[in-house]
Amino acid sequence: MALTERVIYEYSAPGRGAADQWPAPTGEAELSDLPAALRRAEAPQLPEVSELDVVRHFTRLSQLNFSIDTHFYPLGSCTMKYNPKACNQYAMLPEFLARHPLAPESHGQGFLACMYELQEMLKEVTGMQGVALSPMAGAHGEFAGVAMIRAYHRARGDDARNEIIVPEAAHGTNPATATMCGCVVREIPVDTQGDVDLDALRAAVGPQTAGIMLTNPSTLGVFERHIEAVARIVHDAGGLLYYDGANLNAILGKVRPGDMGFDVIHMNLHKTFSTPHGGGGPGAGAVGVGERLLPFLPVPLAAKEGERYRWVSEAERPQSIGRLSAFMGNAGVLLRAYIYMRLLGREGMQKVGEFATLNANYLLQRLKDAGFDAAYPRRRASHEFIVTLRRQARELNVTAMDFAKRLLDYGFHAPTTYFPLLVPECLLIEPTETETREVLDAFVAALSQIQKEAEQEPGRVTSAPHTMPVRRLDDVRAARQLDLTWKPTAPS
Amino acid sequence: MSQLPQDLKYTKSHEWVRTRADGSLEIGITDHAQHALGDLVFVEVPEAGRAVKSGDACAVVESVKAASDVYAPVSGEILEGNAQLASAPETVNGDAYGAGWLYRLKPAAGAVQAAQLLSPQDYQKVLDAEAG
Repeated sequence: MALTERVIYEYSAPGRGAADQWPAPTGEAELSDLPAALRRAEAPQLPEVSELDVVRHFTRLSQLNFSIDTHFYPLGSCTMKYNPKACNQYAMLPEFLARHPLAPESHGQGFLACMYELQEMLKEVTGMQGVALSPMAGAHGEFAGVAMIRAYHRARGDDARNEIIVPEAAHGTNPATATMCGCVVREIPVDTQGDVDLDALRAAVGPQTAGIMLTNPSTLGVFERHIEAVARIVHDAGGLLYYDGANLNAILGKVRPGDMGFDVIHMNLHKTFSTPHGGGGPGAGAVGVGERLLPFLPVPLAAKEGERYRWVSEAERPQSIGRLSAFMGNAGVLLRAYIYMRLLGREGMQKVGEFATLNANYLLQRLKDAGFDAAYPRRRASHEFIVTLRRQARELNVTAMDFAKRLLDYGFHAPTTYFPLLVPECLLIEPTETETREVLDAFVAALSQIQKEAEQEPGRVTSAPHTMPVRRLDDVRAARQLDLTWKPTAPS
Repeated sequence: MSQLPQDLKYTKSHEWVRTRADGSLEIGITDHAQHALGDLVFVEVPEAGRAVKSGDACAVVESVKAASDVYAPVSGEILEGNAQLASAPETVNGDAYGAGWLYRLKPAAGAVQAAQLLSPQDYQKVLDAEAG
């Protein structure tokens, strides 16, 4: 197999194409209503390639992928677990695929039933009172959650509450969400063991507090032990608690955010409930709420009356924050998550949390035994944990990024690097529940081998990767001089 | 790690503060901070005229690793942001205590005294503690 693949423009030859797939030519007459300002002066520069060129190009690209179907992918905070093929198979039933979103309810009872049952199952697994499925990604779900918190305070005439508290161990997206919703972010520290600093929290809350955004287990890979105290302090101050479901995989079937005192939660169905994700989509960021936020849930919702299912719309939910997608969110992702949950059942769901945690703690212990430094050596891991390579960076001048790049040569996707920034030179490692012990052992062996290389021939590690289609990329230059337009190197 | 400039004050969150001849303050991030962040690719500085309170996030430094807020160590009014950094964020990496300053601020009355800034010796202790 070729190790590299050219940009599709490099296959281009004038006049070549897949003629049978061209749209019918558009004449001047059809274009006449288009305002002149919206018409381009020259044709776009598209690649002129044959159908077979396109098929081969994208097939080759897909073969260069590091993916969960080909490689261990312990990308912390991302839950890159196996997506059972059955979920895909059943979601691709023609009755689902050909369903038109504007078809009458009577023609989509099966789909509606799935959505209703998915809402009910998610309510039960999270301990919330109501669930809406329409947000189309994690960030979208976060937006919905904070928008509901704001709507709640406004509905009570409590307009001054515009501050969202974000502990530094929260998910990285939380400050952005609060800002997008027009709130002011107030960051508070965690203590040396990774728990929220309760004194700092007490000092931060007040009549301006809209709520707090928390991840539990936190981004530090540990369970927040003061969660009940956190809930009490924030509730007593009149604020609400937002649970970022980024790390729900760790506690699935074991602990429910609703029981911890959370008022609103978003769930990354694409992570915890195992649909293909990464690289930007598609996702599904369902939101769950407690009693106080029920009236504000986004629409549409699926409802059941007798034996019939129907959509609940704005007219019945006057306080709803409204629609977040044209129809029912990412219907295909929701179906896959639904089938995944049905395949697991209640017992299977508990095993997800158990095995995710067991795998993480096994891997952490093996890496500690191999001489690596845990960032929180006195804490048990949740579904993920942090190793710090500060010692290696200081003593050997080999950084976490160097280790990560070298891992690619050993056939492993790198863990998350340099996040959370709280821990210097860190690797955030999340093995997930779907890996075998043999895979985890092989990963430990690879990291140990790289450690040996770092001590004996560090250049081998600092110049990695050596076997990938491209070598070390200049990410700094790419960020400083962003240029996404392909240009021919020289006219031939 | 280079010597800390002895004529500056510091904060636990790794900002430095220089008192200028006219009593205004110049603020940046320390060499330790730029080193921890790595090569900066984007810097956002505050606009002149903005009133800030001590502890407010008022600038952003972003590297390929992370984006990080820079806090106002002292309450006051922003006089100017360092406009050079928009096109040359690497200046902060190369000259954190000089050309890489982020913004200048006119402190509110009594704000400098209230701010509890650290001496170079005390900031060095913060760094030593972090290094473990």
